[in-house]
Amino acid sequence: MKKRNLYSLLVVLASILIFVTACGQEEKEVLNILNYDIYIDKSLLNQFEIENNVTIKYDTYSTPEEMYIKAKAGASNYDLIISSEYMIERMINEGMVNKLNFENIPNYNFIGEEFKNQPYDPNNEYAVPYFWGTLGILYNKNTVDVSSKSWEILWDKNHDQRIIMMDSQRDSFAAALRLLGYSLNTVNEQELDEAKELLLKQKPLVMAYITDGAPDIMINEEADMALVWSGEAVSAMEENENLDFVIPKEGSNIWIDAMFIPATTKNQTLSEKFIDFLCSKESTLRNIDEVWYSTVHTDAIKEVDEELLNNEAFNIPAEDINNMEMFRDPKEFIDLYSSRWTEVMAQEAN
Amino acid sequence: MKDRTKYFSYPYIVWMTIFIILPSFLVLLYSITSKESNGITTINFTLENYKLFFDPMYINILFDSMTLAAISTLICLILGYPAAYIISTSNISKRNTLLFLCILPMWMNMLLRTYAWMTILGNNGLINNFLEMIGFQKVNLLYTRGATVMGMVYNFIPFMILPIYTALSKMDIGLIEAADDLGADKKTIFRKIILPLSMPGVISGIIMVFMPAVSTFIIPQLLGGNKNMMIGNLIEKLFILNGDWNFGSAISIIMMIIILISMSIMNKFDVDKEGGARLW
Repeated sequence: MKKRNLYSLLVVLASILIFVTACGQEEKEVLNILNYDIYIDKSLLNQFEIENNVTIKYDTYSTPEEMYIKAKAGASNYDLIISSEYMIERMINEGMVNKLNFENIPNYNFIGEEFKNQPYDPNNEYAVPYFWGTLGILYNKNTVDVSSKSWEILWDKNHDQRIIMMDSQRDSFAAALRLLGYSLNTVNEQELDEAKELLLKQKPLVMAYITDGAPDIMINEEADMALVWSGEAVSAMEENENLDFVIPKEGSNIWIDAMFIPATTKNQTLSEKFIDFLCSKESTLRNIDEVWYSTVHTDAIKEVDEELLNNEAFNIPAEDINNMEMFRDPKEFIDLYSSRWTEVMAQEAN
Repeated sequence: MKDRTKYFSYPYIVWMTIFIILPSFLVLLYSITSKESNGITTINFTLENYKLFFDPMYINILFDSMTLAAISTLICLILGYPAAYIISTSNISKRNTLLFLCILPMWMNMLLRTYAWMTILGNNGLINNFLEMIGFQKVNLLYTRGATVMGMVYNFIPFMILPIYTALSKMDIGLIEAADDLGADKKTIFRKIILPLSMPGVISGIIMVFMPAVSTFIIPQLLGGNKNMMIGNLIEKLFILNGDWNFGSAISIIMMIIILISMSIMNKFDVDKEGGARLW
């Protein structure tokens, strides 16, 4: 009996030991970062690790909803998260975000004024803008006629099985809602139902619902058009000159992705240091070269090359911006979106 | 003297408790509590999550997943049985090579193998380029139900071949020779001897293929383009996107019950009561 207990105890101890040693090897400070996929020049992480003698654990996600679950479930105590404004708003409201000490982030001064005092963080206490952009249609100039400049292009029957949509509920609904002339933050059930019907009507034409993979498919000209974020469009246009980007006239979404420190952090100062590091001009320029989104950095934009500045997916025209709306956190009304999106996704195709 | 060997099972009991029994219990607990429950203090028991599932939309998804998984399993069986038979009847060096080839793809990450199929099936992929070269029209292969089924067959067919092979290679050759001597033709030998003796392998194979196929979510996502939601996608979506762990858990429990029921039905057909190639 004794022996048996001893044996099980040993096994338990051994397994605990494995866990402890796995974590305990690190004597350096650790920075746990959570970011979108393909959203940073990874060599910057190495550079920060070496310069500050720390270890960075880098983790990614593909939609803000997924990020929220990851941060909330607490599988890892993140020190820094980069995500989209409406989800940051939700997390601020739920007390999941720490206030920043801007004395540690001198480079904050370089962030353009137009990106500050935004509704998700009205007093600039919690988040530092990272990149911004919009939602639009990436299309192949040889096959698609975009003269209508409308979201309706995504419903064009001539491109049956050649349309890529996003597997992201807010973005897909944004296209449908704006086509109908509604706000993309609507919580009116009837408006949402109409948008849902529109997305259901589109489904037979859709080739695939994906996030992150659309640029590659477009570069290979396997599809005619795709609903994408502006930076994805820039990256694809850099690779294939037949591609172009249109922001529909009904208006689109303008988003700001920002860096914030979740309440789970154990190292606020180091995280702030990292934010400051990413806000430097050099880091920003290197990131632009990697992610191709529009920059919030007032100094870096002066050094971006001419070709990129002429690209309307990077240097988004002011008249388009006036017609854009920012996502807000729908709070409990989010179920109105997710239940309808499930219906769209559950609808049988071909 | 007491049997001391049983002590060796304790590590496994500890392991199973921590990694199988406890998580299953948590899933069960989530499935019978409401979303509003906050920790242990305000736990609310409810069957609402199960009721929610009996919406035609979810039943359709379930039915669709079972159909796709059943089709894949059937194709695996049709392709896998002859393959297993060929392997089991070939000479030893050839047999080892064939078995090795069968297992080799499994050394690679499943995600990678599935990605590879995207470049084969794509509109500008290998197959379509070949079709175009010999003067045919391009066809939509990727992002269809067919692509999903193909991905499942490709990924899970080793799980069909291996148990059938095991059953066939255990077979007593003497029985076949005896039947031959007594004048049975090849068809009869197959029907009366080989097939019944390989049934345990076939049943294991069906279970081994059907289970991962019915719950996969990555294959319909990558090869099906997310257009036909399978039950695995729904569960993933509920957990990762909607944060509705309670409903997600309820569906997982329902899936477990369905799989348990179908397994017990399959075992009824099992003729070999002595175990062998059977898994359960």
